[in-house]
Amino acid sequence: MSGNTSLFMIIIGAALVNNVVLSQFLGICSFLGVSNKIKTSASLGGAVIFVITIASAVANLLYTFILEPLGLDYLQTIVFIIVIAALVQVVEMFLKKTSPALYTALGIYLPLITTNCAVLGVALNNVSDGYNFIESVISGFGTGVGYTIAIVLLAGIREKMEGNDIPAPIKGAPLVLFTATLMGMAFFGFSTLS
Amino acid sequence: MNKYTERIYNGIVKENPVFIMMLGMCPALAVTTSVTNAIGMGASTIAVLVISNIVISLVRNIIPDEVRLPAFIVIVASFVTVVQLIMQAYFVAINDALGVYIPLIVVNCIILGRAEAYASKNGPIESAMDGIGMGLGFTIGIMAIAFFRELFGAGTLCGVQVMPSFYKPIDLLVKAPGAFLILGLIVMFMNAMKIQTRANDLVDGGCEGSCATCAVADKANCDKKEAKA
Repeated sequence: MSGNTSLFMIIIGAALVNNVVLSQFLGICSFLGVSNKIKTSASLGGAVIFVITIASAVANLLYTFILEPLGLDYLQTIVFIIVIAALVQVVEMFLKKTSPALYTALGIYLPLITTNCAVLGVALNNVSDGYNFIESVISGFGTGVGYTIAIVLLAGIREKMEGNDIPAPIKGAPLVLFTATLMGMAFFGFSTLS
Repeated sequence: MNKYTERIYNGIVKENPVFIMMLGMCPALAVTTSVTNAIGMGASTIAVLVISNIVISLVRNIIPDEVRLPAFIVIVASFVTVVQLIMQAYFVAINDALGVYIPLIVVNCIILGRAEAYASKNGPIESAMDGIGMGLGFTIGIMAIAFFRELFGAGTLCGVQVMPSFYKPIDLLVKAPGAFLILGLIVMFMNAMKIQTRANDLVDGGCEGSCATCAVADKANCDKKEAKA
């Protein structure tokens, strides 16, 4: 029972309390850049959940069975980024073959996940938090869900504001940043959960 | 202004990575709770940016075009690891404060963006100057954000109390939402100034996704500016 509760806390913590975008500032580039349409944000979110979960699993296995026993843990940054880049490539080829519809829907966003710092950030955080295999996968999945929640919410708000009359200096980046401020304040409320 | 000082001016003013290009937003928002952290992050980023720019510029004719991005990532990751080990050995306090954001310099859009847009096409000395300019631009940008956040959010600068004792710090600014707010306000004021002078286009968007497109967006911006000039 206690095992289940702690796994539940990891997923809630990763998705809401320590939201990857709004409180840890990972994946900000795509959060600000690719959030003008709900549909594309949701596709990107789905791809991120997918890649981040598998990347956490692979990174954990590599760290536990290869890097740590050989005393090479200082190489983790290089190894993880190569694993993520390769993984994104594999996922891309796999989707192209098995599910062309999803592949076209994700389009350019799939290769860009390599440089989404949320993916590398989670892999590194899992190691520093000392998570085991299952905890790593769960925390990766929770982080992906948190990213998707944040980007889809922002895209929804931006779509609503599209026709509004906005003062010229606030148009563009400042408006997105102010929206993110208010979202961050709302998500701040979740911190009382922990 | 010769071509070297031009690169530095370009990095700090014309294409400031934080306020104009909106690159490297993760560290710009995450580590700007104090000016000390911002200086530490800026110095690490300058080191990685300059060295990787030089190395990438030196090997630009050896690396086949198809695998250049993975090769750049590995080069950048190696130097980030070196910087991380140096920080762990000599600057323990700053290393602990910056935490995971030091290894995350690998995926900082600025570094891969400059590698792709500049260092892979120019000689090592120009690339080094470009790295210094962009790195200084980034450092000044995050120091400006950190200055406002620390001053009004904690009443201190570099950990030293500067606000009078009756000043009640606005706690929100050093918390997560404050980062978005301060950056939004700074960009808004810069936009307002630009509208008055009508010298430039408005800052819009940020990079469409990440590094690969950052580099492309970067190039498109450069082309646009060149066409205008």
